[in-house]
Amino acid sequence: MGADAITSRANSKIAGAVGTAVPHDSARLHATGRAAYTDDIPEPRDVLHLAVGMSAKPHARIRRIDLAAVISAPGVVAVMTAADIPGENNCGPVVHDDPILAPGLVQYVGQAVFSVAAGSVDQARRAVRLAKIEYEALDPILDIRKAIAAKSFVLPTQKIERGDSKSAIANAAHRLNGSATLGGQDQFYLEGQIAMALPAEDGDLFVYSSTQHPGEIQLLVAEATGKTLKDVIVECRRMGGAFGGKESQPALIACIAALMAQKTGRACKLRLDRDTDMIMTGKRHDFVVDYEVGFNERGRIEGIEFMFASRCGMSVDLSGAINDRAMFHCDNAYFLDNVTIVSHRCKTNTVSNTAFRGFGGPQGMFGIELVVDDIARHLGVDPLEVRRENFYGIGERDTTQYRQKVEDNIIHEIVDELVRTSDYRKRVAKVREFNQASPVLKRGIALTPVKFGISFTATHLNQAGALLHVYTDGTVHLNHGGTEMGQGLFTKVAQVVANELQIDIDRIKITASDTSKVPNASATAASSGSDMNGKAAQIAAKKIKDRLTEFAANHFSVTELDVVFGNNEVRAGNNTVSFAELVRLAWFSRISLSATGFYRTPKINYDRATFSGRPFFYFAYGAAVSEVIIDTLTGEHRLTRVDILHDCGASLNPAIDMGQIQGGFIQGVGWLTSEELWWNAEGELKTHAPSTYKIPACSDVPEDFRVRMLESSPNREETIYRSKAVGEPPLMLSLSVFHAIRDAVASVSNNTRRPRLDSPATPEAVLNAVTEQQVSE
Amino acid sequence: MKGIAVSTTVNGDAVEYVCHGRETLLDVLRNHLGLTGAKEGCGTGDCGACSVTLDGELVCSCLVLGAEVEGRTVETIEGMADGDKLHPLQKRFLDGAALQCGICTPGFLIAAKALLDRNNNPSESEIRYALAGNLCRCTGYDKIVRAVSAAAGDMRRQQKAQARRRATR
Ligand code: FES
Ligand code: FES
Repeated sequence: MGADAITSRANSKIAGAVGTAVPHDSARLHATGRAAYTDDIPEPRDVLHLAVGMSAKPHARIRRIDLAAVISAPGVVAVMTAADIPGENNCGPVVHDDPILAPGLVQYVGQAVFSVAAGSVDQARRAVRLAKIEYEALDPILDIRKAIAAKSFVLPTQKIERGDSKSAIANAAHRLNGSATLGGQDQFYLEGQIAMALPAEDGDLFVYSSTQHPGEIQLLVAEATGKTLKDVIVECRRMGGAFGGKESQPALIACIAALMAQKTGRACKLRLDRDTDMIMTGKRHDFVVDYEVGFNERGRIEGIEFMFASRCGMSVDLSGAINDRAMFHCDNAYFLDNVTIVSHRCKTNTVSNTAFRGFGGPQGMFGIELVVDDIARHLGVDPLEVRRENFYGIGERDTTQYRQKVEDNIIHEIVDELVRTSDYRKRVAKVREFNQASPVLKRGIALTPVKFGISFTATHLNQAGALLHVYTDGTVHLNHGGTEMGQGLFTKVAQVVANELQIDIDRIKITASDTSKVPNASATAASSGSDMNGKAAQIAAKKIKDRLTEFAANHFSVTELDVVFGNNEVRAGNNTVSFAELVRLAWFSRISLSATGFYRTPKINYDRATFSGRPFFYFAYGAAVSEVIIDTLTGEHRLTRVDILHDCGASLNPAIDMGQIQGGFIQGVGWLTSEELWWNAEGELKTHAPSTYKIPACSDVPEDFRVRMLESSPNREETIYRSKAVGEPPLMLSLSVFHAIRDAVASVSNNTRRPRLDSPATPEAVLNAVTEQQVSE
Repeated sequence: MKGIAVSTTVNGDAVEYVCHGRETLLDVLRNHLGLTGAKEGCGTGDCGACSVTLDGELVCSCLVLGAEVEGRTVETIEGMADGDKLHPLQKRFLDGAALQCGICTPGFLIAAKALLDRNNNPSESEIRYALAGNLCRCTGYDKIVRAVSAAAGDMRRQQKAQARRRATR
């Protein structure tokens, strides 16, 4: 641990220092109902409400759009189709293949075709239904296997190869192959997609958007309206959840609002209702995974071949990086020596899938955990032994399939400790004992590890900026390029600034993400928010502190070494003044009290063409033990106990990090067990509301839920106060639940057969797997 | 469309408004009365983000028509604190980090208060059951359940102290 981190943590007497469990900065506002989300911002008097007309076909040419009835509907002020867009008709973040409004070809059910502006939400939504659209149907491709057969891809197939997997598999003592399908997941942020655009002076636009990426909204709005970036300001104070679903998806909403504001000259607000949101916007990619593996008698993998194929939907969106990340995480914590990974990015006539917490990583890990579990069941040993047998080594067997050395491996310690604290061994024996005596109810238990790479894999995105003003009363205005979606980023960054300047956190005003304050910011994503924005803010605070130090040294005729900031005061030799007083003195002496900070993540470099280098600054680790009980007559399960040990480095805020671990884990449990997205043969999503799409509720959470953070384990890399990113990694701890269910299913055949269980492990899926076990008895 | 005049009581204040027959209580609160603490998470009674109480009964305000509350009593999150003094539930949610993005929080607080008003000593499973109609996508619920349980304890202690004060008076 760096000396600076140790000393600044130890000396802090200020309120809200780094490492303390300060409440979320908006907690008081949240709990009193006064926190303003985008829909709560007071609307201008003349505001128009928008609704969007959607495609009813998965793949068709639009022959004719008749909007006469829409235009004459009560309250309607304007309508807009693709032809009315003055600039570029695109809201695709990487490749320009995502039209804002379909230009004559529709490619999924729910695609935006036209928009209506009316006096009220109700009027706009009713008017939309009056449109008459004639389609000329084209053949749709709806699922992954069909897309592979038709070679329908949004991006070229990618391959990572190391060693000679073919002969390693052929020469291995044991061989297995298998496959599984893995469902997608709706982000189900409680606050749906929303934007409000306001026309400003001289044709400029001001856009409130619920977005993880204000800078991209600014760019895409500018392109669509035929303006430049300087003409558009985007602001977001907070989101009501995002989880990746507000990384690229808000652009569609904001572009429509902005285009309509430009057209009508009035404020325009577009808020999707839940059903429209779920039908129109992208989700986690569903995957199919095929594997072939060769291994020795202890279960050590000697050669492995993976085929991953994902359903990307109708456009590229972020699918390139998401599928790359799946390839980077299909090792999880295991060394794969001779390995071939093929990744197909399938183009289908479904909504374009997008970012969701983990960003492909969970799907990659799902693949390898399936393999490891199958190996164990084939050999008839505890899966934990096979997992351990394959863990990355320390100083040997430590290079990933993309040639990055794993230098910070702590998975052995974590798993050892968790095995001890969770009483894993005894409980495995108890589960086996229980199952012998219980014909209908079966228990299962599993321990799974997580190793997750931190950084954007696109190296250029690993940059961040911050802006800090100190006012003459010693209070501070803090801004940075990150966005707040509930993860506590704003609080953490304020803690960093409080620590640097040694002032109480309530002297710092946390302000909305705003493209006019910090420009060109990356999305708040890839778990990198506090790593990057924390560092940028620290750099800005240090600049101001350096100026104040120099000034104080001069003013009090001491050396700079004699100037010490602490507990809202500054000591200069024998003189002690309050921070506010020093600031006032400095202002009188014409010292600049405003600074920007800029940070770029060090050490990373990576060559996309060869899939090699160091895409990740470091890895975050964790492990979980889950125990379940299933009913073999209904397929239902209950999660009875969960033990988690997770690595947050030296946590910036243990309360916030604990929330990320618990929340991420439960979200993962939903993905793998209850959240089923179901499309019919016409390409219509039929699970588009909480009545049919089941995210975990309060009553689904394990009553015995023991979550701990790994202690005294500072990040070995020099991150902000040696903390680690914690947004995404805990989600994948939920794989332990899936494998506990698998374990319970396998007990039906007395562990003689590999279970065939697809994800999500709904009662239906579990029942099918149980039946298969019984049939083969 | 003709408006409907409604007089009702919201958070203890007599309130009058004119709404359309189709407008929900949620619309009325948010758009006519400027009370934006209740949120629309689904609009179909499945998420609890819009929770309020109607004559003390927990309801989804997205399922109640604005016209239906004539002459009745509505309590929303805005009325939970006593000026600057937070309700024990609010305090426990805050101190126990039982919120992240916070958009579900008003609904949870209203639902939890409705529970504690009729049962001041609920078991953990009673809490889980009572809150099962409120969805939270961020927290994983554990801290919410703990906060409600802790607040119940606070409220019981407060009630006891009040009873003692009354007895000694
Ligand atoms: S908005 Fe009323 S229950 Fe969801
Ligand atoms: S805190 Fe975000 S939905 Fe509950």
